[in-house]
Amino acid sequence: MDALEIARWQFGITTVYHFLMVPLTIGLGLTVAVLQTIWHRTGNEHWLRMTKFWGKLFLINFIMGVATGIVQEFQFGMAWSEYSRYVGDVFGAPLAMEALLAFFVESTFLGLWIFGWKKLPKRLHLATIWCASLATMLSAYFILVANSWMQHPVGTKIVDGRAVMTDAWAVFTNNTALITFPHTLFGAFAVAGGFLLGISWFHLYRRRKEGIDTVDADGRVIIGEDLSRGKNRDKTDYHVWIKSLRIGASIAVVAFLGVALTGHEQAKLMFEQQPMKMASAEAACHDGTGFSVLSLGDITANGSTNCDDVVAVFEVPGILSFLANGNFTTEIKGVNTLIPEYQEKYGKYYPQDESFGPYAGQEIDYLPVMEVTYWGFRLMITFGGLSAVAAAIALWITRKGTVPDNKWISRLAVLGIAAPFGANATGWIFTEMGRQPFTVAPNPQMGGVDQVFMYTAASVSPTVSAGELLFSLIALTSIYAVLLVVELVLLFRYVRGGVASAMPELESEHQPHDTSTRQPDDNDDDDVLAFAY
Amino acid sequence: MEWLPTLWFIVIAVLWCGYLFLEGFDLGVGMLIGLGRNTERRKRLLLNTIGPVWDGNEVWLLTAGGATFAAFPHWYASLFSALYIPLTIVLLALIFRAVAIEYRGKAVTAPTRKAWDLALGLGSLVAAFGVGAMLASTTIGLPLNENGDRIGGAFAWLTWHAVLGGVAVVAFCWIHALAFLRLKTDGPVREEAGKLVGRWLPVAVLPMMVWALWVIINNDSALSWVSLALSLAALVAAIIMGRAGKEGISFIALGIMLVAAVAAIFIAAFPVVLPSTLDPAFNLTVETASSTPYTLKLMSIVAAFGVPLVLAYQAWSYWVFRKRLREEHIPETHRVTSIVK
Ligand code: HDD
Ligand code: HEM
Ligand code: HEM
Repeated sequence: MDALEIARWQFGITTVYHFLMVPLTIGLGLTVAVLQTIWHRTGNEHWLRMTKFWGKLFLINFIMGVATGIVQEFQFGMAWSEYSRYVGDVFGAPLAMEALLAFFVESTFLGLWIFGWKKLPKRLHLATIWCASLATMLSAYFILVANSWMQHPVGTKIVDGRAVMTDAWAVFTNNTALITFPHTLFGAFAVAGGFLLGISWFHLYRRRKEGIDTVDADGRVIIGEDLSRGKNRDKTDYHVWIKSLRIGASIAVVAFLGVALTGHEQAKLMFEQQPMKMASAEAACHDGTGFSVLSLGDITANGSTNCDDVVAVFEVPGILSFLANGNFTTEIKGVNTLIPEYQEKYGKYYPQDESFGPYAGQEIDYLPVMEVTYWGFRLMITFGGLSAVAAAIALWITRKGTVPDNKWISRLAVLGIAAPFGANATGWIFTEMGRQPFTVAPNPQMGGVDQVFMYTAASVSPTVSAGELLFSLIALTSIYAVLLVVELVLLFRYVRGGVASAMPELESEHQPHDTSTRQPDDNDDDDVLAFAY
Repeated sequence: MEWLPTLWFIVIAVLWCGYLFLEGFDLGVGMLIGLGRNTERRKRLLLNTIGPVWDGNEVWLLTAGGATFAAFPHWYASLFSALYIPLTIVLLALIFRAVAIEYRGKAVTAPTRKAWDLALGLGSLVAAFGVGAMLASTTIGLPLNENGDRIGGAFAWLTWHAVLGGVAVVAFCWIHALAFLRLKTDGPVREEAGKLVGRWLPVAVLPMMVWALWVIINNDSALSWVSLALSLAALVAAIIMGRAGKEGISFIALGIMLVAAVAAIFIAAFPVVLPSTLDPAFNLTVETASSTPYTLKLMSIVAAFGVPLVLAYQAWSYWVFRKRLREEHIPETHRVTSIVK
């Protein structure tokens, strides 16, 4: 493998990994803020317990998002210095704003939330989680502005061989960003919905299995209690899980409607902005209108020659046009039409230039890896769709107040937590790999060949060796693997512990009832901290 | 608009000062927890002095990095790629550190807790060293070619001045953390920290002074001599006030010493942001490395609004958690495994 390939693997692995934590942080953050708000309004203990429990899991996950995010911030300069030099004038701005306007708020206010339970007045304490949660979304906006500019460069021109910003408004209201942002947020909520659903199902199932909750002749739930170990399995506990379950399932269904609607808009833009990405997502070699449900054959990216081997096994006519244009008849350009167009516009060969390293003078492959784009697109929709259907079924099954006493459905519910994560990962892999061979894809609307674009082959740091990159790739990947296991073990442990894992006071009756609802008073000097590491 | 790049040079120096001042003590506390010999309760006491604020402090580093990318893309690209290996190690260290802070208390067995302590201690130490080495490299120089790319292989950055910078920041973090603990705790920790600060303060800041002197001697500038003198004056004040038991003033004086020393270094280096040790013609300067005036103007507006806001709410969060901590304030650990059947 040469330096470029290693650098790409590294970027792909570290970002996909970062994006395992990100959607859960965004989705759970808002969920916890809403739960705490309801508790604040109603004073009902159910909502406090939910806030504490889901908040605990949120924090365990959050820290991994932070740890892996730092790598992202530095990576552009370290491995992609030519890229950073070329785009810095435009691309650096949203990144710096993300840190200054979002990360500071996120981290400071989360610290205040975690440690502020007894210290801050209740209302102010509630405000801190809202600030932190809104900041996670703000950070998503800024980074997606940066990423969208790579998909669709706007507000820029070339000066001395570098892209410079000419119109900040255009960059920050890039139509690609404005539609990617809600799509990504809905994707994050899908993750949070599935998470709530799966874990709550598990707890309701355990209560049933252990005979705490039973059902009457109509299938209605009879709520029971097991007070042998404190208040961890009381009636309130039941309400925590059933409410979480139904909230989670509803979020999952709504989120899917959200991604589907916004995804449709994205697809329309993509046909204009990156026609090759969409054609290869469809494995569409020839112009047409059909959406391939299944295509077989050699969908590999060995250039134009192989494309004709692709056989559409099952194709729905008209749908592709609908995705692209909203009608069923307009023909969409296939790969075989597009390749000559790209070659004519941007050249058949990489320039004979040092910055292209070993790629200088070689033929440019304009076709992204078609297996990845084709399956990435389909897996994204399938994973998301399956989990939404499952959530809808779950809403129906639990309408009488509990889950069936069935081990396999329970396992399925827990396993289903993974599906929306899968949808997010495959969505990104499709978006990013579909952009190849460019890091900054040319914007067809800007016209001419002097428009802003950059090849991946010219983006990598020129004098960083393959050995250095391999070192960091191996180091980061192995540490990430270990940390993933650590995070999962911790999550499992806290999930199995139930609400008491976040509220020790529930374990025994002796401790004062719910200390966290106390108002702060000034002479609490000798009190132990409400929260401590 | 010729002053815009200069303004951004100042902003970035300010961000680094903020980072070293704030994360300085929490890196130091991390080292003391992980590498010192302390009881479990004592370790938790130390950890909780930085608990609510460490993540916010770390964002100063991210912002310094992001602002460099936005305002001086060439500086960002050349410096970060030249230091590929050490920065990778810094990243690993920061990952370990962050995860250890959050997860050490959740460990169930003593050996895993020990492993997290080590991760926290070494992570903090290595991160401090790496940041110091990076700052020394950018003020003293790297073997860069015409395009700003490092030549001479993966370890070309490893010179005595990179090591000096690393040692300078590690030593500063250590003493700064002790001064901070003196301010934030009560009881035996406060006393011990007081004694150590009293004894070691002049020694611990020595490497930083040598680094500053080196940069100043190589780039003569009257203003940086003034700044260095100010730094020394602050150091003397920190020592005297510390001995007199004025912990708050002594801590602030130590901070002023740091800011003045960093300012002296950056002023002396100006207008070069990253010297090439091969040929001064390849130096990256405030002019050649910067973004366009348009971008700098945009960023200035954002910073004018953002930086005071950040300072305000971070100050508020320190105010909220101003109470001195004693070992008695630390609650019993809550082991989830007891409730997991
Ligand atoms: C759509 C959302 C999104 C995307 C595409 C990315 N991130 Fe991210 N990032 C977040 C959303 C997010 C977040 C939700 O704000 C995180 C996740 C967990 C967290 O702590 O904040 C975060 C954390 C996070 C942090 C740590 C912040 C802290 O210390 O509080 C950094 C430095 C980055 N990210 C940087 C990046 C970079 C340079 C990316 C591009 C390659 C990137 N992230 C992709
Ligand atoms: C968090 C979600 C993201 C994921 C999962 C993701 C995924 C990927 C993947 C899989 C690659 C490798 C593509 C290939 O080698 O063919 C890649 C490359 C890249 N992405 Fe992303 N990406 C994400 C966000 C971003 C963002 C927000 C940016 C910019 C702000 C970005 C910038 C890049 C760059 C510079 C490359 C390297 C060049 C390349 O190989 O294409 N990515 N990303
Ligand atoms: C009917 C359903 C969906 C459609 C039509 C759809 C469409 C799209 C399209 C066209 C893109 C590529 C955008 C680009 O490259 O510019 C995309 C990307 C993406 N999708 Fe979907 N999607 C759907 C469902 C989902 C689901 C269920 C999830 C996650 C739960 C998801 C998460 C993502 C993510 C994270 C990306 C990458 C970021 C981005 O470019 O927005 N999508 N989607």
